[in-house]
Amino acid sequence: MTTTALDLTADVVIVGGGPAGTWAALTAATAGADVLLLDKGYCGTSGPTASGGTGVWYVQPEPAAREKAMASREALGGYLQDRRWMARVLDQTYENMDRLGAEARYPFPVVDGRAFKGGLQGPEYMRRMRSWIRRAGVRILDHSPVTELLVDAAGTVAGVHGHRRQHHTGYRVRAGAVVLATGGCAFLSKALGCDVATGDGALYAAEAGAAMSGMEFSNAYGIAPTFTSVTKTAYYGFATFFQQDGTPLAGAGSQGGRSVIAAELLRAGTVLCQIDQATPEQQAQMRSGQPNFFLTFDRLGINPFTDKFPVTLLLEGTVRGTGGIQLVDDDCATSVPGLYAAGDAATRELICGGFTGGGSHNSAWAMSSGTWAGGGAARFATALGASALRRRLTGAGGVALRPTGGASYGGDPGAEAKDVLRRQVHPYDKNYLRHGDRLRPALDELDEVWARLRAGATAEPAATPRLRQAAAMVAHARWMYTAALARTESRGMARRQDFPGLDPAQRRRLTVGGLDEIWVRPESAARPELAVAS
Amino acid sequence: MIEVVSASRCVTCDVCIAVCPTDVFDAGTDGIPVIARQGDCQTCFMCEAHCPADALFVAPLTHPAPPGSPFRDEEHVTRTGLLGSYRRELGWGRGRKPGARNAVGPELGRARITPAAAESS
Ligand SMILES: Cc1cc2nc3c(=O)[nH]c(=O)nc-3n(C[C@H](O)[C@H](O)[C@H](O)COP(=O)(O)OP(=O)(O)OC[C@H]3O[C@@H](n4cnc5c(N)ncnc54)[C@H](O)[C@@H]3O)c2cc1C
Ligand code: SF4
Ligand code: SF4
Repeated sequence: MTTTALDLTADVVIVGGGPAGTWAALTAATAGADVLLLDKGYCGTSGPTASGGTGVWYVQPEPAAREKAMASREALGGYLQDRRWMARVLDQTYENMDRLGAEARYPFPVVDGRAFKGGLQGPEYMRRMRSWIRRAGVRILDHSPVTELLVDAAGTVAGVHGHRRQHHTGYRVRAGAVVLATGGCAFLSKALGCDVATGDGALYAAEAGAAMSGMEFSNAYGIAPTFTSVTKTAYYGFATFFQQDGTPLAGAGSQGGRSVIAAELLRAGTVLCQIDQATPEQQAQMRSGQPNFFLTFDRLGINPFTDKFPVTLLLEGTVRGTGGIQLVDDDCATSVPGLYAAGDAATRELICGGFTGGGSHNSAWAMSSGTWAGGGAARFATALGASALRRRLTGAGGVALRPTGGASYGGDPGAEAKDVLRRQVHPYDKNYLRHGDRLRPALDELDEVWARLRAGATAEPAATPRLRQAAAMVAHARWMYTAALARTESRGMARRQDFPGLDPAQRRRLTVGGLDEIWVRPESAARPELAVAS
Repeated sequence: MIEVVSASRCVTCDVCIAVCPTDVFDAGTDGIPVIARQGDCQTCFMCEAHCPADALFVAPLTHPAPPGSPFRDEEHVTRTGLLGSYRRELGWGRGRKPGARNAVGPELGRARITPAAAESS
């Protein structure tokens, strides 16, 4: 368990310093709150946006353009989006991108005399967000993973525990409200910038009583050259794919043909690719547009436009999937008082339905939901007043902190959990090309591992964050597969080989939750009170 | 993964120790950071981007480069211009213009699906 060496207070604690966390911190600080931002890594480089960069869902506020933007992916998302939330996100993103240019002096490119705001270069964006929030008075603790939420006697979230890994000490923060902006869960796949995204926030939220939504749409896989990390998929829209012997792999594509790639990788182990459909002018534009896309190729001595190179698919889970913590209000409140969620940690079903994958919505969601969550948390903390600091706090964390079983865990629980995830969650024929006959045994094994972790796993303070990560990933996998089994149809990214058709009766969101016992039910039946009670 | 810390270039600023999201580096006794936990490296190139002295090289592989690999050879990555190449692209460093100013990619059309062999010829 974490020893409490450092004792801090704040009006608002932000967990995670990616785009969602930094926008939340900025908004809360601007509203007058005393804000502390805690990052597992380093605010400014941590998370997929910093290293990957993002296309942004930035649309001019013209009715026709907005209508087109909202309608364009509704079918792809299985009609599970909410138009009101989409419109809010478009408005907020438009405002935030303009502020980024005006107040953070982001150097937008100029096209035809006008600033082009359809994308952000990751390192530049996140470096500026860090200095912007510091100017706004936000305190930042880097290399300080949060390990659990603290709650008061009524179950209201009132702070966090964590560990400062470069200072070898634990810490506690008392707070008026907490924003979880910990990113999604990519299961340590080594996809670009994703190894910090292990789903910690969702575990902590569930321990406090929150539920998840959209978890069946969490099987995103990104294309990368084999043995590399750069899962940037957009430019593969200009590619042709081949079998090992050079025959074109019919039906393969970056969009709408990724399952063909997955099937061929399973069958033959190799898929080759060549980005041969781009004109010389487009090739030059690609290079300036996304320099990090070419890092790998330049260093490996591959010319992707003229050479055939092997590709693989790396699991990006909920980072580019849809699932996350369920929201119950416009300010990104969760069903637990005092707890807010934003970015990949929160469900993106509201604007994406059952499909993300293609870039732009995710970044728009991160900055918009971050802005709302930061504002909501500041208001909640202000309303508590001074009484906030007098509450008696208890740790809400269970697995890997407070074992239930008595008997200690034989072996290395973290390593075993990772091994199960490698065998049951990463493989394409389990998580991507899904079939009930393969999902059920995988879920059984995940449940079994969870039970053993829950009963006996503990770690030294320095190793606790890692063990909590492992537990969070196992919890994610169980929510994902439980929801995937409950959706007996193919909609959005949740495709079932045993149920290939779309079932109009299942056009509804699924809520999933629980830790030792996982439950799933259609959203309409899951009132917030119920979620807390279960 | 991170492979090279150039002792001759490093100005011992500890920036890489601070910015690495997965805490791969430790401070070395001589001030030059050491790659203490290479297995945790997520090949994100962030340390390289932030190193003010172009002293770091991240190989484009998600596993350690084998012994004898040119990716582990400081002389090779310097001579071929790979060392510091990401910072150059980002336009970071004194006297450079931010690369973000030019970051406009091509118009992305409908993604292409690979046609069958017979049709493609
Ligand atoms: C290669 C790649 C390219 C992408 N391109 C696009 C694109 O073009 N357009 C688009 O819209 N989206 C894109 N995405 C998705 C986009 O990057 C994410 O949606 C976005 O980063 C989410 O932001 P976030 O702030 O919610 O989470 P993150 O950026 O993941 O940040 C989460 C932060 O929380 C911290 N953290 C995690 N756990 C803890 C803990 N326990 N304690 C403290 N801190 C913690 C992490 O260190 C990290 O800093 C891409 C993703 C990838 C992988
Ligand atoms: S950032 Fe570069 S110069 Fe600074 S300590 Fe690290 S290697 Fe040395
Ligand atoms: S590439 Fe990324 S993870 Fe690896 S050492 Fe550098 S900053 Fe750390």
